[in-house]
Amino acid sequence: MADKIATREAYGKALAEFGAEYENLVVLDADLAAATKTGTFKKAFPDRFFDCGIAENNMIGVATGMSLCGKIPFASSFAMFAAGRSFEQIRNSIGYPHNNVKIGATHAGITVGEDGATHQCNEDIALMRSIPGMVILNPADATEARLAVKAAIEYVGPVYLRFGRMAVPTLFDDDYKFEIGKGVKMAEGTDVALIATGIEVEQALLARDILAAEGISASVINISTIKPLDEELVIAEAKACGAIVTCEEHTIIGGLGSAVTECLAEKCPVPVLRVGINDEFGRSGPAKELVSYYHLDGASIAEKAKAAVALKK
Amino acid sequence: MDTKRKTELAEIARKIRVGIIDAVYSANSGHPGGSLSIADVLTYLYFEELNIDPANPQWADRDRLVLSKGHCAPGLYSALAHRGYFPVEDLKTFRKTSSYLQGHPDMKHTPGVDMSSGSLGQGTSVSCGMALASKLDGKAQRIYAILGDGETQEGQVWEAAMFAGNMKLSNLVWLIDFNGLQIDGPIAEVMNPTPYDKKFEAFGWNVVECDAHDFDSIEAAYKAARECTDKPTVIISHSTKGKGVSFMENNVAWHGAAPNAEQYEVAMADLGER
Repeated sequence: MADKIATREAYGKALAEFGAEYENLVVLDADLAAATKTGTFKKAFPDRFFDCGIAENNMIGVATGMSLCGKIPFASSFAMFAAGRSFEQIRNSIGYPHNNVKIGATHAGITVGEDGATHQCNEDIALMRSIPGMVILNPADATEARLAVKAAIEYVGPVYLRFGRMAVPTLFDDDYKFEIGKGVKMAEGTDVALIATGIEVEQALLARDILAAEGISASVINISTIKPLDEELVIAEAKACGAIVTCEEHTIIGGLGSAVTECLAEKCPVPVLRVGINDEFGRSGPAKELVSYYHLDGASIAEKAKAAVALKK
Repeated sequence: MDTKRKTELAEIARKIRVGIIDAVYSANSGHPGGSLSIADVLTYLYFEELNIDPANPQWADRDRLVLSKGHCAPGLYSALAHRGYFPVEDLKTFRKTSSYLQGHPDMKHTPGVDMSSGSLGQGTSVSCGMALASKLDGKAQRIYAILGDGETQEGQVWEAAMFAGNMKLSNLVWLIDFNGLQIDGPIAEVMNPTPYDKKFEAFGWNVVECDAHDFDSIEAAYKAARECTDKPTVIISHSTKGKGVSFMENNVAWHGAAPNAEQYEVAMADLGER
């Protein structure tokens, strides 16, 4: 695999790339352009970039107003301040009228690292999932991040895009096809399915190797669209493997683990164990160390997978 | 404004007030006080000021109006109905389960509603975004918002005010319906947001005042807004909450309450329907 790239880097580059093609694309930020990487777009299209200052709630409303006058706005901040602080603005100004606004939320999850718990948003997927009609995209690598931006531009309606601060390996080739609502099988397996999203796709692949060495065959599924969930794929894996482990850099309450569990409880009940943040806040530390500290690493996923297999009848 | 036109507008405003009372009475809930206080302003906007086409509510270049104080939906709906967006008779379906006239404005289902609103403060930012997009495209359209005076206690209003001032959104006009009353009592006692003039001047706005129940005064305010080409304008509109219905005037109890059958008759008599 090539150099590691953070999905936020790919986000900024994609905005600048597609800005040329889509003249009605505008980008808003709240004093974090250097960190969210929307600064890349600002450099390319200064007349279509608007720094709203440290006022996220207003930014969400301004983006909404621009969408109502023909623009395709991407409003960016850290996940904490976009989905967290501005939840109700997103719910009422964007979600309820189904307005064509894209929320580009970076620095999601605990891999924010040293800044610690106040900036580590582990709740954004849960918040956004609860809004009717919201599409949630959580790309696993730079290739997916770029294609998610393009898909969001072309989709008419609200989209929440989740990007990370930490550099991650590129998992997909340039000819990878991305489609909103479609999961991707990354590896075949028969004993247990590891259903992962975002940075956890890499960790699930590592877990698969650990399990293989112990004679357990695990499939790996990448769910980059958390809503609408690719239920067909999830159910097919449940039927094929009979046990599931969900893997996400997010609280186990309301995120991918919940979405998969809700689907399977109603449509194909099998044991489901969830890897994620266990109803607690994050802490300061190097991002990579935190992945292990919070048991989001491949070895921890492998342990959960063995427990899931043991639950099979 | 000539006397004839003023008389015509006064008659339209009277009908709009009747529609407000009909809607709230039929629903047995809703917000008559703040709807009545902006009835003359809505009349002026929809029948004099706004460049709109009721036959084509989605016309891209139309002027936009965001009712940021969305609870005054009965006022907006009555104005839209009388302007020809939908049948006046439908006002009586307000807040009913099968109706397209929701308790707060719903842009997806009600012709003429430019933005869903109701959660206070949010419409101010949306109006800024509309004005910015319109300026970017060099359009002549103008963007209007109506705020409650109590609404200005929301922090988002001042985030938006800062934004509009900095961006010099001269195509944007806010009107603050300054009736002095909010649910818990007089705004000056609950949490005084005044003085408005000094605050908005400091935020880079053109500040104008008007008498909310005098068409000459309303017209002068919106003309002054058009003449200001380098700043957004805020109109501080001095109004009487419940204007036109004797027992509702200046009585905070009618912020969000419906009249009973007996009170309905008094209201209709006050409005010249009996």
